[in-house]
Amino acid sequence: MTEIQVLSNSRRRTGSTFLRKHQLIIAPVAFITPAFAMFSLFVIYPIIQSIGLSFVEWQGIGPQTWVGLDNYRELLGDPVFWKALTNNVYWLVLFLLAPVLGLFIALFLNQNVFGIRLVKSLFFFPFVVSQIVVGLVFAWFYDPAFGLLATMLEPLGVKFPAILSNENWATFGIILAGLWPQTAYCMILYLTGLNSVNPEIIEAARLDGAKGWRLLVNIVLPQLRAATFIAVVVTIIGALRSFDLVAIMTGGGPYNSSNVLAYYMYDNAIFRYRMGYASAIATILFLIMDLYIAWFLMRLLKNEKGSR
Amino acid sequence: MFPRPIQERSRSRQLMYKVALPISLIIWLLPMIAIVATAGRSLSDLNRGNYWGMPSEWAFIENFAKVFGSSSIGTYLLNSVIITLPSIAGALFLSTLAGAGLALYKFRGRFLILALFIAGNFVPFQILMIPVRQLTLDLGVYDTYWGVILFQIAFQTGFCTFFMRNFIAELPFELVEAARAEGVGEWQILVHIIVPLVRPALAALAVLQFTFIWNDFFWPLILIQSDELRPITLGLTVLKGQYISSFNLLAAGSLIAALPPVMMFFAMQKHFIAGLTLGASKG
Repeated sequence: MTEIQVLSNSRRRTGSTFLRKHQLIIAPVAFITPAFAMFSLFVIYPIIQSIGLSFVEWQGIGPQTWVGLDNYRELLGDPVFWKALTNNVYWLVLFLLAPVLGLFIALFLNQNVFGIRLVKSLFFFPFVVSQIVVGLVFAWFYDPAFGLLATMLEPLGVKFPAILSNENWATFGIILAGLWPQTAYCMILYLTGLNSVNPEIIEAARLDGAKGWRLLVNIVLPQLRAATFIAVVVTIIGALRSFDLVAIMTGGGPYNSSNVLAYYMYDNAIFRYRMGYASAIATILFLIMDLYIAWFLMRLLKNEKGSR
Repeated sequence: MFPRPIQERSRSRQLMYKVALPISLIIWLLPMIAIVATAGRSLSDLNRGNYWGMPSEWAFIENFAKVFGSSSIGTYLLNSVIITLPSIAGALFLSTLAGAGLALYKFRGRFLILALFIAGNFVPFQILMIPVRQLTLDLGVYDTYWGVILFQIAFQTGFCTFFMRNFIAELPFELVEAARAEGVGEWQILVHIIVPLVRPALAALAVLQFTFIWNDFFWPLILIQSDELRPITLGLTVLKGQYISSFNLLAAGSLIAALPPVMMFFAMQKHFIAGLTLGASKG
């Protein structure tokens, strides 16, 4: 408390009375304004601008022509858009394996044996590695000529297909690469959750004869709700955001078969200078994402409002 | 504890677990092992078609020397550092202020502001892409470090503010009230009471942000054009084209790119995980 005493003495000597009287109003405004201004300029305002751009035709320079809903109408008839949207659905559904796998790995690792802390860290660290590196490694694994999988299958007389240049398989090859770090992330969420599971409830349930699968589903999982919620939200958003892996592994090919909305938007803006059309794709992606953002926020703020 | 501690199981179960653990770890880390092994593979092994077998010799030093000698990877690494560090500092500074503003004062609309910060973090980057690119052009920072740094500061401030607000809201509010009763100004309260208490949160955010910004690929791709300004993630795509058949060199480059965030993670593990799992243990 002495430090505060000293501070208050020095404080009394300086500062105008007006500022001091209204500190509780001025301080929050002054504290929040810089962050909010930056955030508005680079995040909030651009969202509004993008939505506006989706109603024009624009090459990135020169005049913008208002075209109303034409961009959206064109999207409806664009097979690549539908392909990308379908792939996003594949991403979304298959990515939800990450929380499931993550839970099982967490259960597997939730033991007290020698070296387990290091093992947990090693299981987690794919998440820390750049997606670009992940994409490069998986592309090597898949390579039909000298990849790991082809090399391993060769003695068995099995010819490994060229996954990333196969129209039917490319997307799934990329999703598998994405699942690797995503599962690691979900695992760490569940490990943290398992740490705070109430041991007394578990013991009581065990005394009542619950074990194994039933104990997990009826007693443990409800206590892991917070971890599950975060894992699912983060995974869904990760799936819809997928860009890096697509860019490095296939560039959306072959023949757009592995395209996703995020990459198709980039493709239209950067390589075809179709800013309006690209913005329309981004707006659709944004609207899909909004559902999940709204869901997340509602749950989060419901908890927060109870707090101070 | 769930599952039941392995020590309470039969001896054979324990033995099985101890065997299964390293095997599963090796399978799980196969991609990383592949990078490391390939980064040390010699050219003669590659020429002989020995891509995945045991290398006949280790050539780490030669490969690393070759990568640094024949590509701009040194510049790319330096660029990553130049972009990452100021971005972290800026985001932490802004978010400590904003987090305190949102946690210590009651006013209407504070939840709306908080919600905007959180929501903004989850939007797809593509909805920001064209306007942000235009904005950096207008500000004269397109194709400079500053373009990426400014964007990263602004964007990461969303998540950081959310994090700091939650952390500050959990601090004992009596400290602030006591200081106010003593007539201590709000700025002094922030600097002398709040900031010392939020150091663990700042550490957690700093390591998290380091990996997020270091590994970011999209924004430098959009905002940087000159090769000499590219960070390592973009640099790797250049290397990919350059070392089209020299896998060992590309692997060495990938290893170099992955190393800083990995080292940061292992050095600051506790903080890192505390930051990442925020909220995962709440009821």
